Amino acid sequence: MRRSPRVGVWLPPLAPSIFLLGLFVAGPILWCFYASFTNSALSGIAARRPKFVGLDNFTTAFTSPDVAASLWLTVVFVVLSAVVGQNSLGMLLAVFLQHRGKLLRGIVGTVVVAAWVLPEVVAAFAIYAFLNAQGTLNEVLGWFGLSQNWLYTAPMMAVVLANIWRGTAFSMLVYQAALSEVPSDLVEAAQVDGAGPVRRFWHVVLPVIRRTVVTNLMLITLQTLGVFGLIYVLTAGGPDNKTRTLPLLMYEQAFKFGQIGYGTAIALVLLVLGAVFSLVYIRSLKAEV
Amino acid sequence: MRARTIAAGLAVAALTLPLAACGGGDSAGDARTIKIVYRNYSDFPQMDTFMKDVKKQFESANPGITAQLTPVSSLDSDYLAKVQLMQRSPSTAPDVLFEDSFNVNADAAAGYLLPIDDYLTKWSDWNSQFIPATKQAGKATDGKTYAVPMGTDTRGLWFNKDIFQKAGLPTDWQPKTWNDVLDAARKIKATQPGVQPMYLPLGKPAAEAMSMQTLEMLLYGTPTKDLYDEKAGKWVAPSKGFEDALGYVQTVMKENLAQTPAQAEDTQWAQTQMPLLMSQGKIGFMMDGGWYARYWNAGGVAPWPDWTKTLGTAKFPTQNGQAPGNVTLSGGWTLAVGASSGNPDASMKFIQTALNKENSAAIDVACSWLPVRDDVKADPRLAEKDPTVPFWSSLVSFTRYRPTLQEYPQVSNAMDVAGDSVVNGGDPAKAAAQFAQDVSKAVGADKVKTG
Repeated sequence: MRRSPRVGVWLPPLAPSIFLLGLFVAGPILWCFYASFTNSALSGIAARRPKFVGLDNFTTAFTSPDVAASLWLTVVFVVLSAVVGQNSLGMLLAVFLQHRGKLLRGIVGTVVVAAWVLPEVVAAFAIYAFLNAQGTLNEVLGWFGLSQNWLYTAPMMAVVLANIWRGTAFSMLVYQAALSEVPSDLVEAAQVDGAGPVRRFWHVVLPVIRRTVVTNLMLITLQTLGVFGLIYVLTAGGPDNKTRTLPLLMYEQAFKFGQIGYGTAIALVLLVLGAVFSLVYIRSLKAEV
Repeated sequence: MRARTIAAGLAVAALTLPLAACGGGDSAGDARTIKIVYRNYSDFPQMDTFMKDVKKQFESANPGITAQLTPVSSLDSDYLAKVQLMQRSPSTAPDVLFEDSFNVNADAAAGYLLPIDDYLTKWSDWNSQFIPATKQAGKATDGKTYAVPMGTDTRGLWFNKDIFQKAGLPTDWQPKTWNDVLDAARKIKATQPGVQPMYLPLGKPAAEAMSMQTLEMLLYGTPTKDLYDEKAGKWVAPSKGFEDALGYVQTVMKENLAQTPAQAEDTQWAQTQMPLLMSQGKIGFMMDGGWYARYWNAGGVAPWPDWTKTLGTAKFPTQNGQAPGNVTLSGGWTLAVGASSGNPDASMKFIQTALNKENSAAIDVACSWLPVRDDVKADPRLAEKDPTVPFWSSLVSFTRYRPTLQEYPQVSNAMDVAGDSVVNGGDPAKAAAQFAQDVSKAVGADKVKTG
């Protein structure tokens, strides 16, 4: 076993980033942790002199049907839009575009990446314009008499679609990079042995890029867990709270209802959910095939 | 998203830290710059124009002091949280802020606002011109005054005379009971299928507008009469009146007499589409505030030159026509000084400039607010630009205010939750029970009573 280098060697170059991470990442999390045990508020007397309330916020959160419902919606949103949607579509696009002409790669790549480079709010308004009652989708469906207000009749589907549209580019870029690293002799050998494209992908390519898949899943899951602006612009968590994921519930409690303490308690629930997803992924990375 | 936010935060911090170290010019602690915070959005461009004008006047009268305009671009419902977040830190807190009167108490209790009584007693306009009743808007429960009113308002019904005529309804309409209102809507629905019979603020995006313009207007007209019992010092929840108010909303939604739930939940519809539909003669009548002229006048969201001819106004009735017969509520916007202002003298001077006779009249005309100064009341420009001003002013005689308590914003949110659930098909009784629970949690179980 290699001896780890002395503190004097690794600390100086890392110090600035440790300081910044401490200040801007650990700091807010610690403050969040502290605030979740108080009745801190946006205004009123509790804004000036927050009181320590022990586990009250957590008791409320864990007994609240709102939090339970939001937790479920968050899981549904993450699984459908990130794990299934962005991940599979990104992979599909990457595989489809491999070994294609430069022009096709350029066009498809630009179209997909365009959604990703748009600022979140702009992207959200674009998809709002597409989905709302007088939107593009309804104009087209109207010719077949199928128009309806998607943001109202199928709000979860609408925000899932929006997030897939916006985030697929990331997975596609990651997988494009990974696929180009797959040794071509491996694939060719399988081809010589008579394996069709599906089997080649499943038994040769996928095992090679397994780590990339898990890393990608982890990244897009954490990104999707925190999605706020997209949902807020599209549905604001409605109608009737059908798209109120944890970030929206947190925002509503902290900034609409002014209950900062309770909002931070929900933020911690979100943090734990993120940790659970991460653990699952890290575990699956460790397990050998 | 989180990773990107953090990265963006780091980048911003890295860029702005050196500025802060140089003693940055825009913090509230600076004596030579005062920061003015107000709302500027496509549905409300009037305030920006006004503030730019006041800035010019103020700076030429007070050389050496800069009034830094810091407009917040947001919908009405988000403005409050944004400003309260700014107020939490002295380095971002405003010196002068545009504040909804319902929030003065909560912000005063939070220590965000500066008591300005000493300045006001020396301001002759305050003593001679401001109408005493309107001064209440800026007065907190501790007896101190924290804000100067800019204008006030009343609420009632706007109706389209053309649509009423086609429906066989009188063009000098004055409903006597809730049922009269609903019947009018039913008649419009039966005769004109392309017209949305009525509009009233509903749904989650409406926020305080649904609490005040819809639910409280209804509740205050029931035998329960109150949201807060001043004598007992208790909030009235649960109450029969609130359940009836929710029942009214249920009737409206079930019979499709107003906007659809989808429109009610649309974050932009009420601010942009609704005034437009009204101007196109596609809404029969609306229950809302008297300030809508600013949407239809030139420069508004939906310019409508003929609105003065087409629209009539009516008082909103009590539930069964019981005394006093009609209901209206008043609110209004104010200007306040931030508690951590580095130059309260200059901040107060800015307010005194902004709300002198000339400017107060200008903003009331621009926003279609009712004047809070005696010398502005007589200004002919008010009724010239908006002939309904005398009507809305006449409602002041029986107007009521929201409970001016620091818990009000929370109770209002609980009302919104209840209202929103009924808009989406929820049961009024259940929503009312949940409301009572939420209120009791927010204000304390010892501060509620059944009504």
